[in-house]
Amino acid sequence: MSIRKTMAIFKKQIKDTLKNRTVLIQFIMFPLLTIIINSAMQVEGMPKNYFVVLFATMYIGMAPLTGMAAIISEEKEKNTLRVLMMSNVRAGEYLIGVGAYIFLLCMLGAVVFGIVGDYQGSAMLQFLFVMSIGILTSLLIGAAIGTWSKNQMSATSITIPVMMIFSFLPMLAMFNESIGKVSRFIYSQQINNLMSNIGVLELSFENVFVIAANMAVVIALFVIAYRRSGLA
Amino acid sequence: MEQKNRIVTDHIAMSFQDNVVLQDINVKIEEGEIFGLLGPSGAGKTTLIKILTGQLKQISGTAQVLGMDNRSITREGYAKIGMVLDNTGLYDRLTCWDNLALFTEIYGISKDRIKVVLNKVGLEDATKRSVHKLSKGMKQRLALARAIMHEPEILFLDEPTSGLDPATASYIHQLILEEKGKGTAIFLTTHNMEEATKLCDNVALLNKGQIVEYGYPKNICRKYNFQNKIQLLLKNGESHTLTNDSSSAELIGNYFKNNAVESIHSSEPNLETVFMEITGRRFE
Repeated sequence: MSIRKTMAIFKKQIKDTLKNRTVLIQFIMFPLLTIIINSAMQVEGMPKNYFVVLFATMYIGMAPLTGMAAIISEEKEKNTLRVLMMSNVRAGEYLIGVGAYIFLLCMLGAVVFGIVGDYQGSAMLQFLFVMSIGILTSLLIGAAIGTWSKNQMSATSITIPVMMIFSFLPMLAMFNESIGKVSRFIYSQQINNLMSNIGVLELSFENVFVIAANMAVVIALFVIAYRRSGLA
Repeated sequence: MEQKNRIVTDHIAMSFQDNVVLQDINVKIEEGEIFGLLGPSGAGKTTLIKILTGQLKQISGTAQVLGMDNRSITREGYAKIGMVLDNTGLYDRLTCWDNLALFTEIYGISKDRIKVVLNKVGLEDATKRSVHKLSKGMKQRLALARAIMHEPEILFLDEPTSGLDPATASYIHQLILEEKGKGTAIFLTTHNMEEATKLCDNVALLNKGQIVEYGYPKNICRKYNFQNKIQLLLKNGESHTLTNDSSSAELIGNYFKNNAVESIHSSEPNLETVFMEITGRRFE
């Protein structure tokens, strides 16, 4: 593994994403929406940080997943990934370079959520830790989708339903118990549960087991996608 | 002086399911040689490039690229290969400079090379221009700049002048010849016969996955000069086709003595005619 090549990919991704509005907007939209709605809407009896937790969960299920899938599938479609592979860049170096960039960008968004939620000290650390687990899982799902897909269109057709499940199910579960019985098996619901208890955070067996099981499944799916399609 | 072999293939064969795309491919490319793989679309040209660059694995036969088996080219090996693929593979949103800067970092070479190669391909004024604003010819030149930036020992060029205007194509030909002059072995695929005749030291005519003729372009043309005729155009507008042997010597001599000859041509076929002669197919 070459750090120089990973950094080269990372830097390329910074320059490229800054000029790619469709990807960039996904990283900005939810933090911005949270700032606006959190300051504009004050409903009596509403749980503290209701909108922060709601939008942060949707952010986790959406931004890293769609960002990673879009970047990889675009590179495959435009043959740039093949050129990188033929220029002696390994799949791991590429994925870490792109993944690290998206992870850091999402963590910047997480900091914004944390500030809006007024988390401080250890509460802020807990919040960022929980966010990072969710972002990492979504990144892996995005990598699996991007690797599986031959082009952007096929990636989008997989990304949208997957992203909707992980983003919206935790929100719908707030209003519907039956949905809650299903959504407890997905990582974004467990992340949502953990974020609702920041400050008095305690990891339950269910939290750890569901998140770990989701990650294991996602890693297995990525391996299958990589063996089927490769990166280039 | 002993030449170094850069690419040697030995009875390479490839198929996708039951569809045979390459059979019994034997080529040898030396240092400083331009080798042209010619054939119509679907003949298997790009498949052979993919095999030689390790993107595909052949079903039988062996290939050595820079002395390495094509199925296990090392990282160091890839650093000695440059490529211009059928699709340029450039980052549209990045500038010419940023596209090349990425590869200086990947190859671990000085950024000074960016300016050198951009000047070389005539894109010095487009340094800060985004790739999506470049013409097709400029994109192709940028792809070539990227391919030669790290001074590779082998250059794979897949249809490098396809769809370009004659002036840009000629510019790219000049660059290819400069690389040959440095000792780079160049593997070129094209279906442009004129380009192949102009540039290549050796060509292979590929038809339905098989090499049907191999050698120096002019030798191939001479070999298939079955008509063996001489065509004379006289100043009075008359045209004469004569056999190319001693029986025509006196008549041709008289035309020249009387200063009557406007032009004289032998009837050697071009590579396209040779291909049609061998396969009965056109080169499209």
